[in-house]
Amino acid sequence: MSTWQSFRSLGRAMFLGFVRDKGALFFTILFPMMFLVIFGGVFGHQSTSKVEVVEIGAAPLIDQAVARDADLRKTLKVTRYETRAAALKKVEKGDADAAVEQRGGTLDVHYSAADQVKAGTAQGLLGSIVESANQAKSGVAPTYRLAAQQVEDDSLKAIQFFTPSLLGWALASAGVFGASQTLVSWRTKGILRRLRLSPAPIATVFAARVVVSVGVALVQLALFLAVAQLPFFGLKLQGSWWMAVPAVVAGVLAFLGIGMLIGAWAKSQETAQSVTQLVVLPMAFLGGSFFPLDASPGWMRTLSYIFPLRYLNEAMLNVMGRGLGPMSALPQIGVLLGVAVVASLLAMRLFRWDSA
Amino acid sequence: MAYTISADGLRKRYGDVQAVDGVSFDVEEGEFFGILGPNGAGKTTALEIIEGLREADEGTVSVLGLPPWPRNSKLLPRIGVQLQASSFFERLTAREQLQTFASLYGVPARRADAMLEAVGLTAKAGERVEKLSGGQAQRLSIACALVHDPELVFLDEPTAALDPQARRNLWDVLREINTEGRTIVLTTHYMDEAESLCDRVAIMDAGRILRMGPPATLVRGLDSPARISVPSGVLPLDDARALPGAGEAADDGVSLVIETRDPSAVVAAMAARNALTGVQIHGATLEDVFLELTGREYRA
Repeated sequence: MSTWQSFRSLGRAMFLGFVRDKGALFFTILFPMMFLVIFGGVFGHQSTSKVEVVEIGAAPLIDQAVARDADLRKTLKVTRYETRAAALKKVEKGDADAAVEQRGGTLDVHYSAADQVKAGTAQGLLGSIVESANQAKSGVAPTYRLAAQQVEDDSLKAIQFFTPSLLGWALASAGVFGASQTLVSWRTKGILRRLRLSPAPIATVFAARVVVSVGVALVQLALFLAVAQLPFFGLKLQGSWWMAVPAVVAGVLAFLGIGMLIGAWAKSQETAQSVTQLVVLPMAFLGGSFFPLDASPGWMRTLSYIFPLRYLNEAMLNVMGRGLGPMSALPQIGVLLGVAVVASLLAMRLFRWDSA
Repeated sequence: MAYTISADGLRKRYGDVQAVDGVSFDVEEGEFFGILGPNGAGKTTALEIIEGLREADEGTVSVLGLPPWPRNSKLLPRIGVQLQASSFFERLTAREQLQTFASLYGVPARRADAMLEAVGLTAKAGERVEKLSGGQAQRLSIACALVHDPELVFLDEPTAALDPQARRNLWDVLREINTEGRTIVLTTHYMDEAESLCDRVAIMDAGRILRMGPPATLVRGLDSPARISVPSGVLPLDDARALPGAGEAADDGVSLVIETRDPSAVVAAMAARNALTGVQIHGATLEDVFLELTGREYRA
């Protein structure tokens, strides 16, 4: 009796059962992809928004600075209005961050207190233009120079965050759903009994399920990366992104373990389904799949440590989005493998062959 | 000679219910053995103990000379089990279903097509199992139980919920399997099925075997009257009662029915009166034996 043959045919049966299940395909592949497209599209270009300044009449000081400095053109957008009233109206309505008026050697800046951050940025930017103009006038080479460097080697754009974290959510729901539904439906339909009456070792049944799930997860990873790297979304994979692969595998093992636990415990498919939702949705919200945990209140960050998804998200974010080294994912992978072992052991204790 | 199945004093209790209460029987090689009983009689539990799905509280069982419990991977390839529910992998076609089961037993996948042919499902090979009719699904599940060519086959209520055509059709399949030399153990609550298929039946109720033997022997042992019926008007009711050997007689306006333990005397007397037009004689059936043993009151 070839174990390998049983393993392969069971894997094939599970794989065909999955790809022919349009509902499962939608929820594991397309649905998370829709979120990626929406989130990536809506928030994708947020961090590149420019400072908008309106000129009242001509302001040669600014025009020259903008003409000279390509970097400045990336951050500053200048529009000219002939009348002061029209320009100030723009600032009042929030369409422009500041209005400038050059009177001889003086640059008057009009700003609104409604958005102090933007107003401050605009003033700082204009201030530096005045500074450098003064400096150029003096004809002395500058002694001090400011060289700004971001900590990430590219700005942590929204897509850099959403790709790993939405993928984490997709993997968690596919893993937990896949395992719990398979286990419950195979038990209630008597397939487990039937398998028990065949000479195939029981371990092959579970091994086949794990391998199919890992395969599906790697396909999810590939599709997510392919879509997110399209120019429209602009994901830039960082150096050690390949560490996401072991992280995904460890994550899938953890979620399969949780799914098996639910599947071993639940008596009916309906129960398994609702419990799975109760586990996956809060985990996705509080584990940092839909918004960055860095920007969340402290209690939420503390709470997030109980969710396995947090570790998968963090591991993938570190190596894919933040560009940290390959070692940065190891602690999280360790936690995920631990969850997988504990959940599987519990599931084995609760396991039943038939529903009677 | 060694028996294919030898069960001795099997007992199994679930909480307060003594599901199987001292069941002993032997099945010979090549025999078609039936276990009859009302719902909850303990048929399925007894079968599960023999198949090795459950451990008996008491008693011993040997199947093909081997103990079925605990899970015995030497025995499993030699037995085929068709379970009560149609246990199929979801969203696979009939052929894929058989191929999967075949490979679990290390049987080449091409045997799937031979099995489809054997149960008359060749035309449905590419159909998903969810789309098969009740009879087709049952035939497929029997094919799955036979794909590895087992010596001993267990069938648990194979014709439950089938229409009459599908049942007859399945009977032919089962007879064919038995003719090939396989031993078959079948549970059912259809008496006609047991009578028509089985070499020997055991009638079970409340966890015990009440009677065991070939169906014809059981019926003969019942000593119940035969019923002779003729259309109403052929013979007056009072005359019928007066016939030699006649017992109770009744006329419902359609048929006149005479009960008798000596049908040949009654028929001879009717022939003398030229009253045999449209005569029908019904003997006792296995159903009578069953009802006699298990009682007629309805049990939910």
